[in-house]
This record gives sequence, C-alpha cells and structure tokens, in this order.
Amino acid sequence: MSAPNKSFDPVEVTTLSPEALAGFVADALQAFAHAANLDELKEARLAHIGDRSALALANREVGALPPAAKADAGKRIGQARGQVNQALEARTAELEAARDAALLVEESVDVTTVMPATRGGRHPLTTIQEQVADVFIALGYRVAEGPEIEAEWLNFDALNIAPNHPARTMQDTFFVGNEDSGVVLRTHTSPVQIRSMLTQQPPIYVICPGRVFRTDELDATHSPVFHQVEALVIDKGITMADLKGTLDHFASSMFGEGIVTRLRPSYFPFTEPSAEVDLQCFVCRGASIDNPEAVCRTCRSEGWIEWGGCGMVNPKVLVACGIDPEEFSGFAFGMGLERTLMFRHGITDMRDMVEGDVRFTRAFGLGV
Amino acid sequence: MKVPVSWLRDYVAIPESLSGRDVAELLVGVGFEVEGVETVGDVRGALVVGRVQAIEELEGFKKPIRFCQVEVGPSNGHVDTPGIRGIICGARNFAEGDLVIIALPGTTLPGDFTIGTRETYGRISDGMICSQRELGLGDDHDGIMILPAGSATPGDDAFPILGLGDEVLDIAVTPDRGYALSIRGIAREVAIAQGIPFTDPADALPELPESSGTPVDVDSEDRAACDLIVLRTLENFNPAAPTPDFIKSRLAAVGVRSISFAVDVTNYVMFELGQPLHAFDADKITGKIRVRRALAGEKLETLDHVVRELSNEDLLIADDSGALSLAGIMGGLTSEISESTTRVVIEAAHFDAVDAAKSSRRHKLSSEASRRFERGVDRMLAPVASARAAELLIQYGGATYVGLAGVETAPDLVHVSFDPEHPSRVAGRSYDVSATKATLVALGCHIDDSKSPWDVRVPTWRPDLSTSIDLVEEVIRIDGYNNVPTRLPVAPKGSGYTAKQKLLRRSGLFLAGRGLVEVRNYPFMGQAEFDNLELASDATRRHALKLANPLSDEQPFMRTTLLPGLFAALTRNTSRGFADAALFEIASVSLPTPAQPATGITNPPRPSVSGRPSENDIAQLEALLPAQPTYVSAVLATGMWNDAIELVVSLASELGVDVTVRAADIAPWHPGRCAQIILGDRVIGTAGEISPRVNENFGLPKRTVAFEVDLDVLVLHANVTPSAPRIWTFPIAKEDIALVVAKDVAASDVMETVRQAAGELLEDIRLFDVYEGAQVPEGHKSLAFALRFRAADRTLSADEVAEARQAGIVAAAAQFGATLR
Repeated sequence: MSAPNKSFDPVEVTTLSPEALAGFVADALQAFAHAANLDELKEARLAHIGDRSALALANREVGALPPAAKADAGKRIGQARGQVNQALEARTAELEAARDAALLVEESVDVTTVMPATRGGRHPLTTIQEQVADVFIALGYRVAEGPEIEAEWLNFDALNIAPNHPARTMQDTFFVGNEDSGVVLRTHTSPVQIRSMLTQQPPIYVICPGRVFRTDELDATHSPVFHQVEALVIDKGITMADLKGTLDHFASSMFGEGIVTRLRPSYFPFTEPSAEVDLQCFVCRGASIDNPEAVCRTCRSEGWIEWGGCGMVNPKVLVACGIDPEEFSGFAFGMGLERTLMFRHGITDMRDMVEGDVRFTRAFGLGV
Repeated sequence: MKVPVSWLRDYVAIPESLSGRDVAELLVGVGFEVEGVETVGDVRGALVVGRVQAIEELEGFKKPIRFCQVEVGPSNGHVDTPGIRGIICGARNFAEGDLVIIALPGTTLPGDFTIGTRETYGRISDGMICSQRELGLGDDHDGIMILPAGSATPGDDAFPILGLGDEVLDIAVTPDRGYALSIRGIAREVAIAQGIPFTDPADALPELPESSGTPVDVDSEDRAACDLIVLRTLENFNPAAPTPDFIKSRLAAVGVRSISFAVDVTNYVMFELGQPLHAFDADKITGKIRVRRALAGEKLETLDHVVRELSNEDLLIADDSGALSLAGIMGGLTSEISESTTRVVIEAAHFDAVDAAKSSRRHKLSSEASRRFERGVDRMLAPVASARAAELLIQYGGATYVGLAGVETAPDLVHVSFDPEHPSRVAGRSYDVSATKATLVALGCHIDDSKSPWDVRVPTWRPDLSTSIDLVEEVIRIDGYNNVPTRLPVAPKGSGYTAKQKLLRRSGLFLAGRGLVEVRNYPFMGQAEFDNLELASDATRRHALKLANPLSDEQPFMRTTLLPGLFAALTRNTSRGFADAALFEIASVSLPTPAQPATGITNPPRPSVSGRPSENDIAQLEALLPAQPTYVSAVLATGMWNDAIELVVSLASELGVDVTVRAADIAPWHPGRCAQIILGDRVIGTAGEISPRVNENFGLPKRTVAFEVDLDVLVLHANVTPSAPRIWTFPIAKEDIALVVAKDVAASDVMETVRQAAGELLEDIRLFDVYEGAQVPEGHKSLAFALRFRAADRTLSADEVAEARQAGIVAAAAQFGATLR
C-alpha cells in the first residue's frame, strides 16, 4: 500500500486510473476466455481476482484516497470488478456444462444388452375363468363355488338325473370310495347351481366356473379332468328370450361386438326346453360358409362353433330345491373352458393344457 | 342311428328336390344332431345287370381265369357284338345263366378306380363283373354278386337294385327320444319339419292269414317289468330262403350285417318301427314261454358266446328247460335260429326301461334292443311289429301262420293337463293357439280342447312327454328356437367378487409376477407317491380318499398334497431343457376326517326330490364330503431354501397377513432346511429345501425347494382394510448392530427380543447379514441387524438412541448369550 495520500492527486495513484482498470479487466476477460477447463479457469480466477491480483491491489488503494476522490475511484473499481465477476460466472457455467456433457457421453451404455427376466405366467384356464366371471360380475351376478368331491345327490338326483340314468355309470363318473358311497367327483358344475338354490332365495343370478371330472382317457381332445363354466338365473318371469339374450351378451363380451349364438334343440335332464349352443365364428363371421376362397380353420368353414348346452331349468329341479315353479322360472347354460380356449387360441392338443410345460403357460403371461 | 333317405320316403313324401343334406337341415332344425350324410357306394357311371351267357375257362395262368360272354342289354353291348360283352373274371362262384352286376367301361368305382376296355390274359375285357366290396357295399369279396334268378333283366340299371346313390343320415339321438331310433320316428319328424303328410307304418296291423294250429304259449310273471308280450308262431319256414335285396341293402345301410333271413327280418322291423324282436326256433322250446326273474346261480350263454352268471334281478325269457334269453338285451344260444329251423317264434314285448338299463349295465352288454328299451319303446307296438315280421316271413320265406299268444296288462295312457298359453310364457313370445294344437296333433297327441286347460293324451311312443313343460318344449322346438326373441334380463344389483375370490386371484398374480409358472395338475395320486414323499406310515397326509374306478390303478387316491403333481411337472420341464423352471399350483386337496374311510360308506342318505331336503338331510349330505381346502404350493428347480420361505412370507405379506417361521422337520423337506409357516398359533404350511432322498425318489434336480400352504387360512386372515399409519417426519437415527449367538439360535427370536427391548422408539429392524466363519467362535454365527429409530414428537438425542440400542443388546445377551461383535 502506498503512503497516505493526504492531498488528493489521482495521478499519483496510477492503478486507479480508468485506463489501468480497463486494462486489468481486459486481461481478466481474456484469461477467462482462454481457460479450457474448470481447473484453468480456477487459476485464471486466482490470478485476476485473487488477493494478489491487480484489481485487488487497486481496490486497496481506494482506502488511501482523500474523501473527495474516494467515491469516484470506488465507483470505477466496483464497475471493473463487476464486469470481471460476471465474465467469470458466465465462463464457469459454460465450462461446467461442457464438463457435464462430456461425463454423460462417457457414461453411455449399450441399451440393447438388456434381457427380460424369466417370465412367470398364470394358466389360461385360470384367466379364462376370471374373464368369464368378470363379464357376469358386471351384470350383477355372483360367483358361486362348490366342492369338487361332491355328494351324488347334488350331482345327479337333485338335477333330475334318475338313479338309473346312463350318465351315472362308471363309464362316465368317478365314484369316490365305492359305487354306492353317495360321493362322486362332480361330473359338471351343476351341483353348484343346486347349492345356490338351496342356500339362497330367488332372485338368483350366479356364475359357477370350476373343475369337473369324467372317466375319459387323456388324448388330444379329451381329458378326464376339465373345466366348465355354468350360469344360473332364477327369477320371476324368466323366459327363453332371457336365456338367448344373456348368451348373446356373453358371446359378444368374450369374442367381439356383434358375435351371436344360436340354439339347437337337445336334451338334458335338468333343463326343459334344452338346447345346444353354437357360437357364431368370431374369425370369419360366417364368410367361409360354402366359400372355398375363404376357408376358415376355426369353424371348419361351418360358420358356427359348438360351444355348450343350455335350457330352461326343469321345474323338477326347482321343486327339489324348494323353489315354487309356479312363481319362479329360470335358465342355465354351461360351456367347456378347455374347448373354448382351444378354438380361441388355436390350441390343437388338450394335453398342452395338462402337462404344465412352462413354454405353454408363459405365452399367456399374467392374463387380463 | 343311420337312416337311409329312401327308407324315409316309404312313409313321408319328401320332395325329390330335397337332397340328403336338406333333410339333415330339417332334422337339425327340430333338434336332431346329424353327424354326417353319406352316399351309398361312391360309384359314378353305368352299372347294369348282366346275365352270364357263356364261360370260357382260360388255362396256363397262375390262377384259373374265366372269359365270360355277358348279356348286358340291347343298348349296352359292344359295337361288334350288340347286347353282349366279353369280360375277364377271376371269381368262380357263378355259373352260366346267373344275373350279375356289370360295370361298363368308363365307370368309376370306389377308390377312384375307373374301368376301361383293356387287353388282358390274351382277350379284350370290356367291363367288369363286380363283387360287393368293389362296389363299396360291404366286405364280402369271396366272389362276385349274384342277383336272385328272375329278379332283374339284363340291361337294367343296377343303382336302385343295389341301393347305390341313396343318401344315409347319421343321426345322434338324445337319450329321451327312443322313438327316434326308428325310421318311423324319424320320418314323422321330417314330415312335421317340412309340413308334409306322414303315413304311420304302425297305424294298421298287417293282415295275416287265419291261424292254423297251436302257437307256443306265453305268460309274464312280472307284469311290472313286462306288461306286454306277444308270440307269433310260424311253421313251414324255408331256412334256406335268401334275404330279399331290399332288406339286405337297407340293413347294410343302417350298419347291420345280414345273418339269415329270419334274423334279418327281426332286425329290419326293429329299424323300421323301433320295436326290438327276437326269433326263436320253436322246436327248441320246451313247453310254455315265461317271462320271469332269474334264479340265483342260473346261467345263460348269450348269442355273443359269453356265458353269463345271472342275478335274481335279471329278467328272462325262459321255458320249461330254463333261460332262453336275457329279456330285452340279447337272445340265448340254445334257442337261436339255425340252418334247419322251420318253426319260428317271433317274440315282441314291452319291457320296463329302468329294468332294461340295469340289466344292460350289470352285464356290460349294450345291444340294439337294450338301447331301445332303455329309452322307451312304444307300448302299443309289439303286436304290430310282430305281425309285420310274420308277414315278411310268410311272403319271402314260405312260412305259414300258426297263430298268436300273448299277455297284456292294460296300458296307462298318459294325459297331460296343458295350458295353450304355457309355451308363450316359457319362450317370451306368443304362439298361435291353433298352430300349437296342430303341432301337438302332428306329434301324435289327442287333444280335448273343450276343457281349459286342455286335456292332452300323449302318444304311446313318447314316454318322454309326461308334463306340461314337455309339451311346451315340443311346441317351441317344432316352431324353431330361432324364432325365440332375445332379451337381457336385469339382475338385482350385485356386490362383485368376495374378498376371498379377489385374494385368490391376487395370490396367483403375485406368484406369477415373481416369475413362477402356474400349472393345473390332475388331483390323483398313488401309493408310490406317498412313499416317495417319505411320509411316516401314520402321517395324516396318507389318509386319502380312494376312487372306486380310477383311470389308472397307479393313482387311485385323491391328493392330500399338491407336491407330487408339481414334482412331476417340474421333472417334465427340466427334462425338456428348462432347468430353471419354477412352478406353482393353487388347487383344492381333500382331507377326509378319520371317521371318513378311504373306501367310503354304503347306504348314503338319498333325500327325496319331491321337495326341498330338510336342513338335517343337507347336513348329512355335507357330512359325506371331506374337507377340501385350497392350497398353494410351489417348486423351484434352482432356488435356495430361503427363496421358498421368502416367497411364502412375501405372499402372506401381500395378502396383509403376518406369518412367522419356525424350524421344523417335516417330510418331504430337508430336516435342517425346513420351516413351518405359522399364523397366530396355527401351523399353516411348510417351506424349504426338499430332502435329498425325496429329490432322488422323484428324479428332481438337486436341491429343489418347495412350499405348501393352506391358502384358505391365509385368505381368511387377510387384512383387506388396513389402518393407515401415522407418518412421523422427525429425523431418523440409524444404528447397525452385529450380535454373535450360538448357531442353533433362531435369528427371528433374537430379532424379536431386540425389538421388544428397544421399545417404541424403534421404528424398524431388519436382518441384513448372517456370518459364520473365522471372525466368530466355532459353533456361533453373527447376525447383523439394521435398526431405525424415530420419535413421533421430537428429534431424538444421541443419548436416547444409544440407550434404546443398548437395551436391545442387553436383552439379547440375557436371553441368548449374545455378544456384540
């Protein structure tokens, strides 16, 4: 520091001259601009605004000036320092951005190296039961359940299947224990309907999906263990029109808007009238019938696919469940789910659904 | 049932414009499943009748060959020899003058085999003399077909004579429609469907000559099982009489082999009218014929050459010498028609449907007769059908009529009270009352509509029609189900899935989301599997229900555990190259109580179906059934023991259930790597590594791991409406501690002790490392826990945290001798 400058003479303090300050600023800006990275910028900063920098030294001279000159010189040096700091800040931001960008480039990876985790999956028979149930839950139905090992009375007698009905023979039914034990592996999900009627007053709107059993050997199209879904409605004034409307709604919900069903007369002991249900082919929608140009593998160019059985609940069944057939009527229908999956997904061999090969089930994922 | 369209035309005037397919469509429309329409004999071109004029035997070939001059009609001959063709033939069963079937050159026979004019054996062969098999009419290839002398003229078109070109419908008849197992029944349905007249062949009794002698007598000792039996005796029958061609070809078309004329007649009339008939050799009958129950120890050799031990429930046709035939099922060998039979008894009867079904099942013998009786035969048909058979035996077999014997209980004619508006209420649309009446009349009903409701007498061939709803079905069926409108009924508002249903779905989603694949195995298991699981001989899991008729004797039991099925599926996958397979199954098992024997009880409750069973009845039915809880089990080929445990604990946590884990020794798990899963004070499952021995027994990959848990219990305790926690935001203090304890101390116990002692400031504690090795004493392990402390109302001081931490350490030291590492 110079000695106190008692009589103001700006000339005496040359470092505070406008020219000198401008020079300092120019030097600093140039140094900042030349700094190629943050380390060089740090050096430049120390050199040009550090404690020993020309600007810092000049700043100290201000204190020695007479009061009259202080304001003027202080303002000048303040401006010079502001200018330098601003430049420093700008250059710092620039260099930081460059550093970050370089780092990101350096950290880049090959994003195509990722493999999916080994996939789990739920069995399509599980998900189709849920899909069917979802359709009917939306209509206000309840999902009813019952045991797979079932009382013969519930599986047959209550369903108007007389004791000597051929369906009761050991060719069709698995008997548990012995042939007269009164216990069978349920041959259909219909005993669940009986259970619903025994435990609930009409109106009854239930859907019963489940596993059932018949004594068929396993082959490409049969399995001794398979799955059905049945619906039962008991209410006042239920007609065959309600049955047809419900089937059509079910068909379009599962297979696409506008897909309908048709009924063909048939026979089941527990319904009367009884019918077979055909599903309009959801692939060709009938376009393949008599049309060699548009052969349909799904319906074998027949336009319709056999889907299940249905009918109006036989009054005898209502009576056996304590429901007055004069007051209430109802309908029931049922479909095989393996068969439904087979034509919906092009599964050609029943055994694929039985064996538990992970490739088969993984293809269906978690299901929706 | 195979139905030739030409046979239908005998009783219903089907327009010529309708093809077999069209007839099939008509039948489908009224509820018959037509499985196929076939054309008899795939022959295209010209088949004519020829007469063999001359046979020249050709010598010098490997086999004898004939060169025949055959008269084939004026317009079918060869250019050089009008009316005559020279044809080479290898068969030898014919003589000069025989009428044969000639395929003219250019004709294509079944198998796409076109006949040409060709030189062979040094002659020009100008057509072919056909055998039955070459025409696709049967398997008879012993020689060429020879027509009865005088039955045709050379040059006649052979197609109608052979029934070729006729279309045959294959109809699947539902079990309620016995009447449709006849041409009569199907013809009526075609007539109704097309709206054309039907002539009932059973309307009139065929006229038979006056009786001339004493017929074989008959009685029915069991009028409930046989309320009608008719015997017609004939004599002077020519046992060598050939079966007329129209009968032969029709039987061939329906799939029945021609046996002898008398037997063919019984079959023919059965298919025509639906009444099973049996022909006895009258000379082999001793005394009177009786319908009676079999005696204990009685035996009968039936026509299929099986000696049958009879039960006293079997209904027999017998004579003074013993059993002649199994009533309504099959005849016996001793009284069958033979090549020397000249006196014939035609038996026609009405047997109880249930009785016939039982006998058929008892003897595992299903015949054309039993199929019809089981489904119900027209009560009034026996006299007509037996007369029809007698008529044919007289006309084509030279028989003379001796007479009739029979017994009968007056039939119960079924009357149904019928409201003509009933069909409209069932279908949800209105039916014209006069159309309804016309339909019922066409079906054979007699209606008294002067009453309200109507009195409808149903036809005797429709035992399936006994209530109003049966008639409703007929009205709607004949009108067409397509004419029923559609309407979506509105269900009362529902409440969706139950919590249990949602949680079961959630469980499957969780496990599949963790990379496991769901399988759905059969619920059967065998003795070998119980043994392979290394279950103790008195293990409750060995108490399984046994099927009376399993598909495989190797797996007669209903599973008590899902593991064997999963093991089998796992080995299937690993052997197919999926060494990392991880499978799960959610399914029920069956757990009989000790009071429920594996082989079941007898005389179970059978409540009446005439009304709702009582609560007590229902309870008794339920008591027959085993508990059938839903289990969830999984196997992992490449997991570690702890993966199996972690999956269960995480699944429980997913369902909002806190379970704990305790070391256990339970087959089939590794005794040192097996955990019981505990909920409250109840064991709900097991998890860990499968024991090496069991791995070997099932051929599983080494160190397979598995779990099995009662999912019903988990779901029952699921917390579906958890309380929201208070979220405190004061700073957390983290402390890690490593405690050295003896190896056999359970980490979960240590953790619980620390948790209790550390008090309410401890927000969370987790085990993050277990170490055994040089750094800790022999027989010890180091358990490293991460502790997190937080207070609700303040920032914790270092002293407070240290104090709580120390309390935990002290408690662990006191309880387990734990030392801080």
